[in-house]
Amino acid sequence: MASDTRDVVVDAAKFAVPRATVSAAGDQSAPGAAIDTQTIGQVTVQDPVMTARQVSVHYGAKKAIADVNIDIGRNSVIAFIGPSGCGKSTFLRCLNRMNDTIAAARVSGTITLDGKDIYDRSEDVVQLRARVGMVFQHPNPFPKSIFENIAYGPRIHGLAPTRADLDEIVQTSLRKAGLWDEVKDRLDQPGTGLSGGQQQRLCIARAIAVDPEVILMDEPCSALDPVATARVEDLIDELRQNYAIVIVTHNMQQAARVSQRTAYFHLGNVIEVGSTNQMFTNPRHKLTEDYITGRFG
Amino acid sequence: MNNTNNATPFETRGQRTQRLVAASLKRRYRAELRFRTYGIVAVTLGLLFVVVLFSTIISKGIGAFKQAYVTLDVTYSAADIAPDGKLAPADLAQGDYEAVVKAALRNRFSDVTERDEKRKLYGLLSNSADTILRDRVVKNPQLIGTTERVALLASDRVDLVVKGRISQNTPEADRTVSDLEFGWIQALLAEHRLKEQFNTGLFTHGDSREPEQAGILGALVGSMLTLLVTVCLSLPIGVAAAVYLEEFAVRNRYTDFIEVNINNLAAVPSIVFGLLGLAVFIQFFGLPRSAPIVGGLVLTLMTLPTIIIASRAALKAVPPAIRQAAFGMGASPVQMVTHHVLPLAMPGILTGAIIGMARALGESAPLLMIGMVAFIADVPRALSDSATVLPVQIYLWSSSSEQAFVERTSGAIIVLLIFLLLMNALAMILRNRFERRW
Repeated sequence: MASDTRDVVVDAAKFAVPRATVSAAGDQSAPGAAIDTQTIGQVTVQDPVMTARQVSVHYGAKKAIADVNIDIGRNSVIAFIGPSGCGKSTFLRCLNRMNDTIAAARVSGTITLDGKDIYDRSEDVVQLRARVGMVFQHPNPFPKSIFENIAYGPRIHGLAPTRADLDEIVQTSLRKAGLWDEVKDRLDQPGTGLSGGQQQRLCIARAIAVDPEVILMDEPCSALDPVATARVEDLIDELRQNYAIVIVTHNMQQAARVSQRTAYFHLGNVIEVGSTNQMFTNPRHKLTEDYITGRFG
Repeated sequence: MNNTNNATPFETRGQRTQRLVAASLKRRYRAELRFRTYGIVAVTLGLLFVVVLFSTIISKGIGAFKQAYVTLDVTYSAADIAPDGKLAPADLAQGDYEAVVKAALRNRFSDVTERDEKRKLYGLLSNSADTILRDRVVKNPQLIGTTERVALLASDRVDLVVKGRISQNTPEADRTVSDLEFGWIQALLAEHRLKEQFNTGLFTHGDSREPEQAGILGALVGSMLTLLVTVCLSLPIGVAAAVYLEEFAVRNRYTDFIEVNINNLAAVPSIVFGLLGLAVFIQFFGLPRSAPIVGGLVLTLMTLPTIIIASRAALKAVPPAIRQAAFGMGASPVQMVTHHVLPLAMPGILTGAIIGMARALGESAPLLMIGMVAFIADVPRALSDSATVLPVQIYLWSSSSEQAFVERTSGAIIVLLIFLLLMNALAMILRNRFERRW
């Protein structure tokens, strides 16, 4: 994956801890900068779909995230918030092993899906990604027809034995993504011809077409206008009935609106995890409070 | 200019700025105008060269598409064709058709009696006239004993006279056509027995020592066979190499080394590839000399770097988001490449391949080394037959002594240019229509 190696450089730089900040963080005497890397709050949940224990990621020699412990609950939305470069996207990409495509990335620790280690040798990454779908920051529909965009996943995974099944899957996926009424008459038109918000909902429909258990969303609304954002947020709320959703966002109002739980990442550590309500009304950690009240970030 | 920089107490800041900018504006506009003029001059010069090149080639070569024919009343006398009365095709083919042709000429110009003059008279026609008559008779033996009007190929000298390339104004000693012959030609022209027709022979005959019989079919087929081998080998190998290097290979010292070498290979003079082909394919592997298969192999070596570099650029241009999307859906790396990246890169790859092929079509130097420069009259039928290619044919004709070959050379160049223009146009259409669909 030569082309991805180029991305790595960018990503690694993005996630690298700035040296100045490291020394400041290490300097215990600096007022308000003392970081207790121990996660506080409610890390575990009842009957989690995914669990992460002691997960660290290195890009070459640089540590991007350290000892992340977190559970992802069924039928709920968990939001990862935190300043840029804090490792939330890196951690998100561990959950469906997208970091595998980056040659320099090393992942340690344990991540389980339904109790099974996803980094186990016997675990196939293709199977994992069929169960843990992903929606990216920028809408990236395939430059094919709307129908083909949705049909691609079921087709490569052999989920639709007949053409009728495939039609069925395409229709239900588009309905679930709230896009059916807008596109039902032009399924054969290119997906790239839709508006930005429609494209992102198309990508969500594409992700749910393979009926995953978990959907990862990496800042799904950062490239959308407020109206399209509101539609996607409503959609996330609806999808919660059937899927576990992990959303990375820079928009704290969005985190407050769509998530039930929130995790605050800071310089590669999870500082605090808790119910969204508690986190936004009564943060227990100083850093969380500072970030949420807009003192930095 | 120096004193303008000093603001006087009599002008406001705004006035001062305006004055200074106005002064520099003039300079800027002059520089811009100058630069634009250079550009226009360069483009005009380039276009001029193209126009001059094309107009000289076309004015020289357009005549090659026409050919003079002499229409004669031919009497198929049984005495010449079947003296012993046998009418089997094999026997008919043995007949003395030259005598028939000569009789037809003598019949028209009955006043010619001297031997010397007779020989000149017979020289009006191309020496292929008798074979044309033979073929007609073998096909239809009932012609024997009858008289019919047949258009026979004129000799190259007659052709040149008809086209005005040889003028009677030059002293007789300085031209290849004597006054006597001029008289005959003018007589035939006056009777409308000597006419220019479209030169189908140019496209249906192989090479010949006689200019009027020489055609480019052999070279054309040779070029096609050679290119067929080239495209069948270089496209899959080139695309596979590009995909591996771009999508799968880890970037390290070895892949860097390979990359540098591919770029170097693109700059190697083509004749070196010819020498390599001679040493490897002919000497070592014992493949036949002058054969399209060897030519194709050599041109493959030459086009591979072009195709690899173009394909890699096309693959690089596919946005990483597409790869992410495919991986996110659970596609395997091969599925990612074959379902998404390759189809998107295809127009760019094909454009590069066509440009590489166009270069291969116009290449002659490496083919000289492997013996495709021989005189080959037959049209090749297989990859291992002896053959030549269009550019080499042009080279061969351009070094022929007969004046009539000058025209043929330019004619062949026109055909080659048409093929090259078509290929480049196709590449352009592909690029404009299909590239960047995201």
